[in-house]
Amino acid sequence: MSNPISDATGMIPLPSDGQSKLSKVMETLVRTILPVVLALLTSVVVLIVIGKDPWFFYSEVFRYGVMGNGWQQTIRLMAPLLLYSAGLIVVFRGKLWNLGYDAQYLLGSVVVAGFSPMLIEVMPLWAAFTVSLIMGTAAGAAWTLLPAALKARYGTNEIITTLMMSFIGIGISNMLVRGPFQNPDIHVPQTRVLPVADMFPQIPGTRIHIGIIISVVVVLIIHLLLTRTSFGLRLDVFGSSPKTALHVGINSPQMILILFILSGALIGLAASVDMLGYQGNLRANINPGYGAAVLPFVFLGRLNILTTIPFVAFYCILDTGGRLASLDSGLDTHFLMIVIALILVFMSVIEYFGVKKDLGQSYLPPGLRRAVTGLFDRGARA
Amino acid sequence: MIDILTTTFIATFIAGVIASAIPLVLGSLGETLGEQSGVLNLGIEGMMLFGAYFGFVTTLETNSYFLGLLAGIAAGFVMSILMVMLNIWLGLNQIVIGLALTMIGGGITSVLYFSTYGQTTPRLGQPDVFPIPVLSDLPVVGSSIFQQPLAFWIALVLAFVVSVVLRNTNFGLRVRAAGQNPNSLDAAGGNVVRTRTYVALLGGAFAGFGGAYLALMSAGTFTPFMTSGIGYIAIVVTMLSRGRILWVIASSFVYGISVSVGTVLQLTSFDLPTDVIKMLPFVAVMITLIVFARSSYVPPALGVPYTRGAR
Amino acid sequence: MNARSAAATHSNTPVVSMRHVGKVFPGVIANDDITLDIRPGRVHCLLGENGAGKSTLISILAGMQQPDTGWIEIDGQKVNISSPRSAMDYGIGVVYQHSTLISTMTVLENLMLGVTGGAFLNRESARSRLTEISAMLGVEIDPDAEAADLALGQQQQVEIAKAMWKGSRVLILDEPTSMLAPQAIADLDASVERLTKDGIAVIFITHKLREAYSMGDEVSVLRRGRLVASIDAETLEGLSEEKFTNAVLAAMFGDDISAIGDRNDVELLSGAKVATKVRTKSSRSDEKLVLHLEDVTTPSTPTEFGVSNVSLKLRAGEVVGVAGIDGHGQSALAEVVAGQVRATSGSVFLDGDDVTKLGVRARQELGLRYVTDDRLHEGIVADLSVALNLLLKQIGKLPYWKRGQISKPDVDAEATRLVEAFEIRTPSIHARAGALSGGNIQKLLLARELSHQPTVVVFNKPTYGLDLKTVNRVRKIVKDFAEQGGAVLLISTDLDELVELSDRVAIISRGRLVGEVENNSPDTARQVGEFMVGSAHSEGNHV
Repeated sequence: MSNPISDATGMIPLPSDGQSKLSKVMETLVRTILPVVLALLTSVVVLIVIGKDPWFFYSEVFRYGVMGNGWQQTIRLMAPLLLYSAGLIVVFRGKLWNLGYDAQYLLGSVVVAGFSPMLIEVMPLWAAFTVSLIMGTAAGAAWTLLPAALKARYGTNEIITTLMMSFIGIGISNMLVRGPFQNPDIHVPQTRVLPVADMFPQIPGTRIHIGIIISVVVVLIIHLLLTRTSFGLRLDVFGSSPKTALHVGINSPQMILILFILSGALIGLAASVDMLGYQGNLRANINPGYGAAVLPFVFLGRLNILTTIPFVAFYCILDTGGRLASLDSGLDTHFLMIVIALILVFMSVIEYFGVKKDLGQSYLPPGLRRAVTGLFDRGARA
Repeated sequence: MIDILTTTFIATFIAGVIASAIPLVLGSLGETLGEQSGVLNLGIEGMMLFGAYFGFVTTLETNSYFLGLLAGIAAGFVMSILMVMLNIWLGLNQIVIGLALTMIGGGITSVLYFSTYGQTTPRLGQPDVFPIPVLSDLPVVGSSIFQQPLAFWIALVLAFVVSVVLRNTNFGLRVRAAGQNPNSLDAAGGNVVRTRTYVALLGGAFAGFGGAYLALMSAGTFTPFMTSGIGYIAIVVTMLSRGRILWVIASSFVYGISVSVGTVLQLTSFDLPTDVIKMLPFVAVMITLIVFARSSYVPPALGVPYTRGAR
Repeated sequence: MNARSAAATHSNTPVVSMRHVGKVFPGVIANDDITLDIRPGRVHCLLGENGAGKSTLISILAGMQQPDTGWIEIDGQKVNISSPRSAMDYGIGVVYQHSTLISTMTVLENLMLGVTGGAFLNRESARSRLTEISAMLGVEIDPDAEAADLALGQQQQVEIAKAMWKGSRVLILDEPTSMLAPQAIADLDASVERLTKDGIAVIFITHKLREAYSMGDEVSVLRRGRLVASIDAETLEGLSEEKFTNAVLAAMFGDDISAIGDRNDVELLSGAKVATKVRTKSSRSDEKLVLHLEDVTTPSTPTEFGVSNVSLKLRAGEVVGVAGIDGHGQSALAEVVAGQVRATSGSVFLDGDDVTKLGVRARQELGLRYVTDDRLHEGIVADLSVALNLLLKQIGKLPYWKRGQISKPDVDAEATRLVEAFEIRTPSIHARAGALSGGNIQKLLLARELSHQPTVVVFNKPTYGLDLKTVNRVRKIVKDFAEQGGAVLLISTDLDELVELSDRVAIISRGRLVGEVENNSPDTARQVGEFMVGSAHSEGNHV
């Protein structure tokens, strides 16, 4: 089958023949887990350099993220992040870059946070939930429309337009929190708090709300859509080569619009689920930054939703535990951002060496080899 | 509204435009060099933050703006070494690495700032100005344009230098060839990887300078993520300018105006929310992108790693 | 006629010698123990079909690749040509098959790209160097023209000037004639003769026997990476063209010769004979008009021409050839017919119906097919299986997809049928399409486009880069399709191919159809060439 990571990251797929099954499994494990391990080890070095105790930090991560009720918090966080990952996978498989995820998420959040307190007063709870979810989803989707239309009509670089729209969307969401949705009872800029009774019910015997069920169901449907239908195949053709897509007769502008809208919708739904299930209100200038955080993991899962799930679980532990551990260690929470970036870097590098190995080529890249020998050449001649 | 046309007001406005435009000019110059050679530096935001933080720390510790700027340039340069190795030598995906570098720049500077200055949030003083004789005594423009720090004039000279290098030197020709058709450059005996390496390193230095200028000259302090998207705007400016340095300067100043208008209006009786002011430049960029959507053009080899013989 | 007479006046000592040169790529032995001498003042022809290893040998001489075994000597000294730069320093200049000019830059800028030393561009010294070289080649080149505005012949002159820029002693021309009109070939011939008189060694790569015979002083033949025949100057002088042809064909193909086709086919394919029309049955002008373009215009891009105001009629059973220089609007023409590009003005009619507004899929349903020239990146999805690639244009359609779900038995059965019918060599229908050879990928595309009732097929460079056996097969498929009443628009840069297959040949230049030649006399190639040269010159001047 086609392997969109190859194109999304400029790499070719995993080896498929000439190897025993066991060594293939081993290699896949190495390629997917080694980047995470290396990133964590490097982050230990970073911690030591800035004078923090890495052992303390990571044991705190484990304590808050897994032990006690930590695992429940972790699963609670997986509800939005699985949807989020699906939203990224959908566009990345089409080799489109939706980098406006922060705004799509925040706008989904602010719409739900702003309207659901009012909806609950005028309609039954289940109806309010439904309407809220639809509104949040629509808000996320709407924010992709302009970049998608520009890309579809004029081929305008979507990286730039989605990033610009992200800054604008974040601004609008803050304006809404400070303006019409501001809780009139307090001076801190934030929306009204949903009463616990008016939020998603919890799964009996746990503190995990039913959002996780919604999330898993939606994500599985998306997975089937991507892997089992003619739409999914068309998407793979489109992703592997827009030129081929045009040649085959796939309606590329329509495909671009569908993918962006689907992506924004899933991200908006992620925000709505978290808002109705856990957050209950939104404060100004808050940006959880989940988009950048799950980015490396959808690639490590090779843009397949099922294989991404364990990675999302891993990140949720890191996030749940890491935010509290940072507080305990006197660290800025953006420390996690460094870890994520390191995973991206190590992932790309390890993939590079894997591809080299498959092709039976020298590990020394031709560019580097030439640059190095070139320098000597030059010295010799001068 | 009453005092909107007073000389002080206009002088403040012009100075504000310059303060926000120059970091963008510097960033865009670096991005232009890279982009002309086919390297998309999506990590410029991270490089500018690096430049801003290390410039700030150095000036704070040494009281020297000169050393601060140098440190900022060095910081951007060091980060671009990482980019050169990953993107140009290994040929990894420039978007993925760009995002990673942005996160590394933002993450490291904010963690360091938080642990070192999080409690004290120190500020710098005013940098020395370098008045231009006679002109600096003019009303309005004298105090706003001709009493700028030396770094301002250096930035303008650098813009001129970049323009000359791109258009009139053998190196500049090779840079453009690497972006237009790297195979041609290779066949003509040029070294694509080396050419791209040089400009990417220069680009990092420019980004670092831009960040340092922002922290030392424009803001007088460092705050985490203070670049807030200037790096991305530099990418847009670069794409729209297509290597024409005058366009880089002009569009940077348009950006400067869109920032300054908001800030200055706040001083008057217009009560614009801060969120709107922050959004204004991005809205302006978005409108520009929509208007120029048909004609945006980038070098054909942009973002494509070069492998000899690959089709 | 050729430089053979000049050869005697120069020293017989080789300027470049290749000794036991070998190069292996994963799965292919590109060069195997090749030993060759290149002598000054002579034209050394390198013959061989696609894939014989000519290009690899050239890229080793050009410093693009390093040999795995063996070495190269220059003036008897063992040297290491580590990069294109070092090849230039040794006096080896190369004109590649594909243009290496940067279309957005001027001629002068393109030439100055090879300049080393000095920080600033020195336009004046570059101008005088160009005047020098122009005189040497006997041509005139406008230094301030943009490369994109030059006709192919002119582009090639610039490429030669670029290769000679640093005072080359060896000039390598990689298939320089494949796209040239007969008149431009004569110009090239004249330039080559002047160079050899000056004592420059020329390596001339070609796959056409008659060119090798007429232009070469010495001939070497490659087959599957090995040097299988060398004919030195004295021997070549004593050989009649017929004996030469026999000897070279035997060397080029060995026992495989019968697998390619009959003797006549082989001589046509290898360019031993001048091409003539091979189709006996021709369409009549009263046949049904199936494709009709009326004043069609498409947008241009900075690197490629669109078509402007193109009108064209195609009848059932007819083959209309489109000749022209690569990049002059051929792709736009094919794509506007296929529906991949929208016409900004004008109309496209299919069977009398206006289909201008219809998309690719709708036109496919009406029987219109397009065999693209970009087989690897546009034609197939390399990571998908052969079976899915064969049915790529049926995604979602019955009976292969039912309610959005793939019907594996139907897909596999159809794929198996096509693989057998078109003799596609693949380990299995589930193998990756990207792993197939170029020839088999082309057969896959033909199988896909010619199934499900086509009536009009656009072939874009259908035999480009293929081995002769496949070339012969593809041409036969085109011929058969037309004979069964199909209409063919055949776009090609191979004039011989157009002459063999077309009823009429239209000439495209700068996106316009500038002429049309009825293919009913032995004079077709020359007439087509005249349009190509004439139009390029007159149009080129006022831009």
